[in-house]
Parts: sequence; C-alpha cells; structure tokens
Amino acid sequence: MTTITASINPAQARRTRIAYGIVLLAVGLFIYLVLGLNTKPGLQTTYGINLAGSRAIPVPDLVVPAQLTVNIMAALAVFVGAFQLARGAKSTSWLVGVIALTFVIAFLTWAAQGKSFNLTGMISSSLVRATPIALAALCGVISERSAVINIGIEGIMLIAAQAAVVSAGVTNSLYIGLIVALLVGGLIAAAHAYLVIRFKVDQIVSGVAINIFGAGLTSFLSSRFLEKNTDVLNNSGVFPTISIPILDRIPVLGPMLFENNIIIYLMLVIVVVMHIMLFYTPWGLRTRAVGEHPKAADTLGINVYFVRYVNVILGGMIAGLGGAYFTIGSVGRFDELMTAGKGFIGLAAMIFGKWTPIGAFASSLIFGFADSLQVKLQILRVPIPTEFLLMAPYIVTMIILTGVVGRAIPPAADGQPYEK
Amino acid sequence: MTETTTSKPKPPEGIAGGSWREALRVPALAVLTGLILGAIAIFASGSNVLEAYGALFTGSFGDPVRFFTGFQQLFTTGETTGLLRAIRPLTESLVTATPYIFTGLSVALGFRCGLFNIGAEGQFFIGALCSAFVGYSIKGLPAIIHLPLAILAGAAGGAVWGMIPGYLKARFGAHEVVNTIMMNWIAFRLSDWLLNGPMKASGFRPVTPNVEHTAELPHFFPDPIRLNWGFVLALAVAYVLYWFLFKTTLGFEIRSVGANPDAAKYAGMNIIRNFVLVMALAGALAGLAGSAQVLGVDHWVGQGFSAGYGFDAIAIALLGKSHPLGVVFAAVLFGFLRSGATNMQSIARVPIDIISIIQGLVIIFIAAPDIIRWLYRLKNVKVEQTVLTRGWGS
Repeated sequence: MTTITASINPAQARRTRIAYGIVLLAVGLFIYLVLGLNTKPGLQTTYGINLAGSRAIPVPDLVVPAQLTVNIMAALAVFVGAFQLARGAKSTSWLVGVIALTFVIAFLTWAAQGKSFNLTGMISSSLVRATPIALAALCGVISERSAVINIGIEGIMLIAAQAAVVSAGVTNSLYIGLIVALLVGGLIAAAHAYLVIRFKVDQIVSGVAINIFGAGLTSFLSSRFLEKNTDVLNNSGVFPTISIPILDRIPVLGPMLFENNIIIYLMLVIVVVMHIMLFYTPWGLRTRAVGEHPKAADTLGINVYFVRYVNVILGGMIAGLGGAYFTIGSVGRFDELMTAGKGFIGLAAMIFGKWTPIGAFASSLIFGFADSLQVKLQILRVPIPTEFLLMAPYIVTMIILTGVVGRAIPPAADGQPYEK
Repeated sequence: MTETTTSKPKPPEGIAGGSWREALRVPALAVLTGLILGAIAIFASGSNVLEAYGALFTGSFGDPVRFFTGFQQLFTTGETTGLLRAIRPLTESLVTATPYIFTGLSVALGFRCGLFNIGAEGQFFIGALCSAFVGYSIKGLPAIIHLPLAILAGAAGGAVWGMIPGYLKARFGAHEVVNTIMMNWIAFRLSDWLLNGPMKASGFRPVTPNVEHTAELPHFFPDPIRLNWGFVLALAVAYVLYWFLFKTTLGFEIRSVGANPDAAKYAGMNIIRNFVLVMALAGALAGLAGSAQVLGVDHWVGQGFSAGYGFDAIAIALLGKSHPLGVVFAAVLFGFLRSGATNMQSIARVPIDIISIIQGLVIIFIAAPDIIRWLYRLKNVKVEQTVLTRGWGS
C-alpha cells in the first residue's frame, strides 16, 4: 500500500516517512528516559525458558543485564528512526515491527529487573489466549470472503459456550459438548444467513440482534437453570492436554505448539486447511468470486446464494468451536457474558489480517500476546493499575483498525445483499 | 387490519413514509410477536405465563384496585399517600424510560447519518461519572449554576467518548461498530479504576460520594416517587433533536450524508465534519442519559450502574424508526417493559433477561419487516427503508 502511494503522491510519501521516523525517535527517547533511567544499574533480568511441568528438554535460562538491554533497545529505535528520516524505507511494515519489538523487550526487561520472568510461559499462554480470537477471526474470514458480514460472532460464541458446557455435563462427554457447540454455532449462523440473504436484512443489524439475543438467552438460562443445578449443568470438566510425542521435547516450541488441548489443535488445523481451501481449490475460487463480484460469478453459473449459505454456516461452526473453547476448552464452567468482547476483537484481527486465514491467525497472536502480557505484568507488580493493563487489548484493536499499520481492503461486495 | 394498501407519496419528514397507520403497523406487530415468543420461552422454562405477564402489567402500570382505593381515600379523607402508592409503578416506568429516551435518541441520530453507535453504554457511563464528579466535588454553588454545570459535564464527557470513534471513522475509515464497542470496554475498565480509586467515597463499597443537593434534579412528588425533571428534559431534548434534524441546514446535511454519502460529498458537504459532529452529539445524548440517571434518581454511581441502557437503545431506535417522536414512544414502551420485568422477576420468578430475548427478536422483526408481513399475511407495501449502516469499506 505504501509503495503504491509513494509512486502516486511523493508529498504524502514524504510525510509518512517523516512521521515514522519521528515516532521511532520518540519511542527510542521514551525507552531511554522513562525505562532506561529507571532501571537500577547492575540488576539482571532473567528470562525463564523452561516451563514447570513441561516435557521439553531443559535449557539454561536467558540472563541479561537489565539496564544495558534497555539502553540497547533505545539505541536501536533511535538508529532506525534516524535512518528512516534520512533515507526512508520502501516498506513500512517492518518499521512497525521495530517499534513494537524494541518497546516490548525494553518494557519487559525494565518490569522484570532483578526478577525472573518466564518467556516460554508467556509465549504459550499467548497462543492459548489467541485461540478464541483466532476462531472468531476465521469465522469472519470465511463469511466475508463470500461477502456476508457476521458481527454476531460474539453472540454465537456465548450461546455455543453455554450449549457446550450444558450438553457435556448432562451427557458426561466432552466430545458431545463439542459437537453440540458446532451444531449450535452453525444453526445460529444459518439463521443469520437466512435473514440477510432471503430477507435482505441489514447485515450489521442482524448481527447486533444476534448479540443482544445471545446475551439475553444465555443470561436467562443461566439464572433460571444453571445456577440452581451447577453440579450437573455447569460443571463439565475440560479437555485434557494432549502431548505430541518427540515434538513436545523441543524447547519453547514444544510447550507452545505441542502440549495443548484439542480445540487449540483444531484451530491450527483450520488455519492451514482454510488457507489451502480458499486459495488452491475450486471452492475457494468460487467463494472469492462471490465476494468480489457476485454478478460475474452468477453469470459463470455459480450459485451465489448457495455459496454464501455454506460459507456463513461453516463460519458459524468455527465460531461455535470458539465458544466451546471458553467453557469446555478452558474453565469447564459458564459465566454470564464470559466472552468479554473477544468476538469483536476477532473481527479486528480479521481486518488486520487482510481477510486471509494466516493473517488473521497472526494478528490474533498479537492480541493474545497483549492479553497474556497484561496478566504477567500484574504478577510482576508493575506500578500501573490493573484496570489500565486490562484496557490494552481494546486499545490495540482501535489502533489496528485505524489502518495506520497496514491498511486492508475488504472483499469488494462485502456487506451487500445480492439481487439477481 | 389490512384495508389500507395505497401508499401515499413519502412526506419529507414522515416517520417512515406512507401513512401513520402503515408506519405503526409493523412495529406494533413486531412487539406483539416478540411478546408472544417471550411467552413461549416463559412457558418452556416452566413458569406460569399468565402470572408472569400479570406481574409485568401491575409492575409497569400499577394495580387498578389500588388506584381505586387511592382515589377513594383522597376524596373521603384528603389523604394522598394511597394514591401516591398506586401511581408509583407508573411513575417508576417513566423514570426507567428517561435514560432510554436519551440513549435511543443517541442511536437514532447515528442511524440518520449512517453511523451505528453501539457505544451508548460507555458514553452513558462516562457521562454519569462526569456529572457525579461535578456534582459532589464542587460545594457551595447555588443550584441554578451547579445543576446545569453538572448536566453539561455529563454531556461533554459523553461527547468526547463518542467523538473518538467518530473521528477514527471519518479520518481512517475504522468501523464505528467495533470501535464504539471497544470504547465501551475501555469505559467499564476506566470506571472500575475510578470507583476503586480517585472517585471512591469513604467506606467499603466502590461507589462515588453522593452528589450535593444543589446538583440534584428536583422530584415532582414526595419521596417514594422518583419521577423528576430528567423526564421533562428528555422530552425537551427529543423535540430539539427533531427540530435540528428536520428544520435546520445542518440536520439536512446529516440526513443527506446518511442517505447517500457519495451524493452528499459531490454536493459539497463535508463528510468528515458530519461524522465527527454526529458521533459527538450522539455521545452527548447518551452522556445526558447518565447525567439524568445520576442527578435525578441515584445521586451516586457504582459498578454496574448502567443496566444495558446502551444496548436496549438500539432496539428503541429501530423500533422508533430513528425518528425522535418514534424514539420517545418506543422508549416509554421499553421503560414499562423493563420496570414491569423487575416485578415479574420477584413475583413470578422469571429472570429479567427475558426482556433481552424479546428485544433481540423485536430488532430482527423490525429490520426484516418481510417476516412480519409474511406472518400476518399483510399486503406488501413499498416503504422506503432508511439506510442504517454500511460495511467496513469507506
């Protein structure tokens, strides 16, 4: 995107270049003045690599001198900033990476000076926390590639979460809970699809209605039934961790990728499968055609409505899986409004990931990282109120949506009903 | 019911185009259908539908027997306590309707400009906190200055909270639906912090101190009845909004941008300014809801202060067809429903969340009038749909 604007409008490109340079310099100065000068000389920061209870081969922890590391990060940011002001880089996305990386490393080193901080633990909890966000984002990707906006993901996840825990508790089988969550998710998505395709209801309004309906229904059932019969209805247990032999012995990667429960594995599989399906199969080509130019697709004999129904329902099942994660995948209990905006954060991840499965997954990881960082910082007793740390994922979402960091273009027909 | 089939030409400021009867039919049937489906849900969950809806009625309008004895008492002894007790449910419903009118207007104003403000909830919270702060921290001012100041503070706080997503939408095209929701969560976290820290009253609970008496909105009746000037303020604001939208140039511009941004841009209207302005005004309206609630009813703010007013507002704005008058009617209806639902919860043991289920259904029926027409075999009347929102792009 930047390269295109650079060739079209040199003045604007120059402004962008200078803006990035100044931001980098400011980040560098901030790191030095606020973090560097507040780090006690001589203290060390220990980054733990071994996770207690994991099967990975133990390796020595990473111990760094705190102040030196912080100052090196400051110098790096200033250096890249100066380079950017003088010459300017063609692509700006790596500059964002430099900003984020220097800041996060410096911040963590400062926060954990004189203490120990488990790096592997945070990385693997990032993936865990990214899971529901990624599943919401993948639901968005598959629906919107066929031009149906589904903003009701939050409501679908809530209902599926409750359905999963109740059915798993009643039947005593987590797998039945999982299947019920998928079916419920698909069913609500089918209703959404029917409303927006058959009745041409405003897609956003229908999604909001699903959210309000979902919040009302789950809270209603919760206070009417779940609270009185907690043992049977709201106490399902959770999926056990499945370790993959040999691979789980790899340090860092082992605990992160190969010691998870089935929902996280399924999420990873869906990312890969959806990528292949979307870009290397006739189904994917049809889906994208319907999303970009439904009329042309229709002329070629593709059944636009059918493709949309299938994609929205598949998306709903993925969101249902995301809902199942909240209950039978993590805590084994349903709490009112427990999704806490994750469905919407997933939509932001989808946009930041440019409507691609892998991009959506990668940006979900950023949100997962922000989320798990916030938890770790509370444990480290950073002198910032917890409430402000809890705001971090929401603020990151808003920044990402501005498109300052890599503007994304939605499918051309996104959100428009198709009339033959 | 279905005799009128000819649709008159659309008046420029009609509630939805067509005759009044046409305009009212679908919303009325949508609410009716929502209530019927709600009854099915109550029945399915094992409660007595008649008992539940009976409690809903007496909880919202009051007990007719009490009205009768109250009047009898008034005429025989001149004593008013009985009558006051009888009208209490009715006035409580209007008290509940007050924040609904404000937040409903907030969402409706957004719709008129093609913006979907789901952030009324957060704006409500911020408005309430700002009003409370001015209300309790400034002491010794006369009411004539203190009260308007506290109200303005609430409006200003809400306006800032609404303006941020408006600006992000106008400048970067960031979709307001996601951003207003993010602003909601930020507002909740911020209020958690404020109520546990800087704004906490001395004592155990995380609540603000009570506002000074000079900042309270006066009540109309003696104490158990909480109906206050906030309700009148809401009606006045609704009228001003009507005048603003339909009688001023700026209002015309806002509606043009909502109807067709490209055409409005081509006609020389400033889209960015309109987006920011509308979101700020919408935020101010929702902020006023918080003000009226804290200054007129509660006098302090605590956690969970807003009981979903911002979300109910979406249903209200849709039900009222984004017209200030329609919003007032819809808000009063929801005030009665919510207020009665509390009674229903305590008497018939039906959780209050049933109202949210009914709301979700009503939204769908309003947004898809074809379902209602199909259900009740209404003749298809061409009614121009107002554009409510747009997709992610531009």
